[in-house]
Amino acid sequence: MTTVTQDLQVSDSVNQVPFLVVDRVSKVYPTKDGDGYTVLKDVNLTVNQGEFICVIGHSGCGKSTLLNMVSGFSHPTDGEVRLQGKPIVKPGPDRMVVFQGYALLPWLSVFENVYLGVNSVYPQKSKAEKTRIVKEHLAMVGLADSMEKKPPQISGGMKQRVAIARALAIRPEVLILDEPFGALDAITKEELQEELLKIWNDHRCTVLMITHDIDEALFLADRLVMMTNGPAADIGEVLDIPFRRPRDRARIMEAPEYYQLRNYALDFLYNRFAHDDTE
Amino acid sequence: MTLVQKRNPTTSLRKPTNSKLMERLDDIASPLIALLILLAIWQLLASIPGLTTLPTPVRVVQETWMPLIAYPFYDRGGTDKGLFWQVMSSLQRVAIGYSLAAVVGISLGILVGMNKRVSKSLDPIFQILRTVPPLAWVPIALAALQQNQPAALFVIFITAIWPILINTAVGVQQIPSDYNNVAKVLQLPKSEYFFKILFPAALPYIFTGLRISIGLAWLAIIAAEIVMSGIVGIGFFIWNAYQNSQISEIILALVYIGLVGWLLDKMMERLQTLILPSSQR
Repeated sequence: MTTVTQDLQVSDSVNQVPFLVVDRVSKVYPTKDGDGYTVLKDVNLTVNQGEFICVIGHSGCGKSTLLNMVSGFSHPTDGEVRLQGKPIVKPGPDRMVVFQGYALLPWLSVFENVYLGVNSVYPQKSKAEKTRIVKEHLAMVGLADSMEKKPPQISGGMKQRVAIARALAIRPEVLILDEPFGALDAITKEELQEELLKIWNDHRCTVLMITHDIDEALFLADRLVMMTNGPAADIGEVLDIPFRRPRDRARIMEAPEYYQLRNYALDFLYNRFAHDDTE
Repeated sequence: MTLVQKRNPTTSLRKPTNSKLMERLDDIASPLIALLILLAIWQLLASIPGLTTLPTPVRVVQETWMPLIAYPFYDRGGTDKGLFWQVMSSLQRVAIGYSLAAVVGISLGILVGMNKRVSKSLDPIFQILRTVPPLAWVPIALAALQQNQPAALFVIFITAIWPILINTAVGVQQIPSDYNNVAKVLQLPKSEYFFKILFPAALPYIFTGLRISIGLAWLAIIAAEIVMSGIVGIGFFIWNAYQNSQISEIILALVYIGLVGWLLDKMMERLQTLILPSSQR
């Protein structure tokens, strides 16, 4: 019992104000027959500042569509997404995205890739200052020695580190990650999860992250958003993950709650909203 | 003893270099042998009486040796110049017309590629114009521009521009959406977007267009010069030789044209490997 109380987070939600609001959002894609294909229907979600949210669900459930509406690449057919009270109309550096395929520019060096963003977001800063920011963030993800390399010369894990450094270097309010570790091997994946968590502990930006991995979500997130299947998908349930931070992977995995939460999420995904392969 | 000692390291060292050298030799020898066989067939066929009036390769060399092969740099004024000067004049026209086509083609291609509406409206026109052969442009160029020199340049320009323009436009349209999304989320200024994303992303396509066009430009200048009397240039040289029934001179000029065209293509290929990073080739 003692470990449980120790690992439970003390709730301090009283001080937190609604930061990001997904308000009755529906998304309908036009189709040839004119009826339209409803991806999301009446989705509501409120995210507090500094929260780490993971979104899980079967492919085609509209997770990416939901996050694209937060980043501003896609617009709701109905409803509204608001950041600090203001509706989101277009992409911006306050909602930085770590893209699924890293999206690094292969003709620019690692340094230049990160510098591109810093230079665009802080045009008034001096060159030395911008260089310092880039170097600091590359060092943070362990790439101080690979700054002059070009993306094709580095591994997938390193590319993802560059993408994360690029995103964090411009100090976004919201960090959006679309399955960032999906293509990486298990060891690199765990390393990067721990690094991301450490950086997030220091910076405390709000994180929205799509994942397919329940263990990843349980290790990283404050809350796990579980989506029902499409078409017309919705948020089925939101799971609170109460483990205290900073988190230690081995310790939280020993907690009895870990397996309760894990089984609950598995049951949601594979029994209650099992993916229908026959469709 | 000394012999054995000497031989051992050398043979072991030489073996790999030897086989590589043999391969290089083979690369040169095979086409050379093929060329000799073709020349022999030509010699044989042209020697059969009554079959053709074309000279044999031996006669071609004999008839053109003085002064054309021996003195490519001679200059007796007017159009009576060595083949080096003839080729240089043609190359100069290509350089001007082709550079113009490259500048205009790349700029227009970028504009067309960035705007869907413009691209949709203009693409059919480009597709039709690009099939017009260089020779068909000559009369209209002469009629519009009156003089040989600008007309020749125009013919090169109008022949070379289409592949550059079309390929550049496609290159801009094919920029991966990921790169454009990065630009959007970072709200990159237009100039940054152009130099850091659009241009490098379209560069491989631009080079494809440039390489196709250099061949076309060379093709066009020969065609254009043939109908433009009284100018120095390899095209008019051929026409002049034909007028004077100097078939051997024509054949020699064809060899020069082929070699220069091949060199131009190699040069573009080299430029491409020099400028494009290996990840984009």
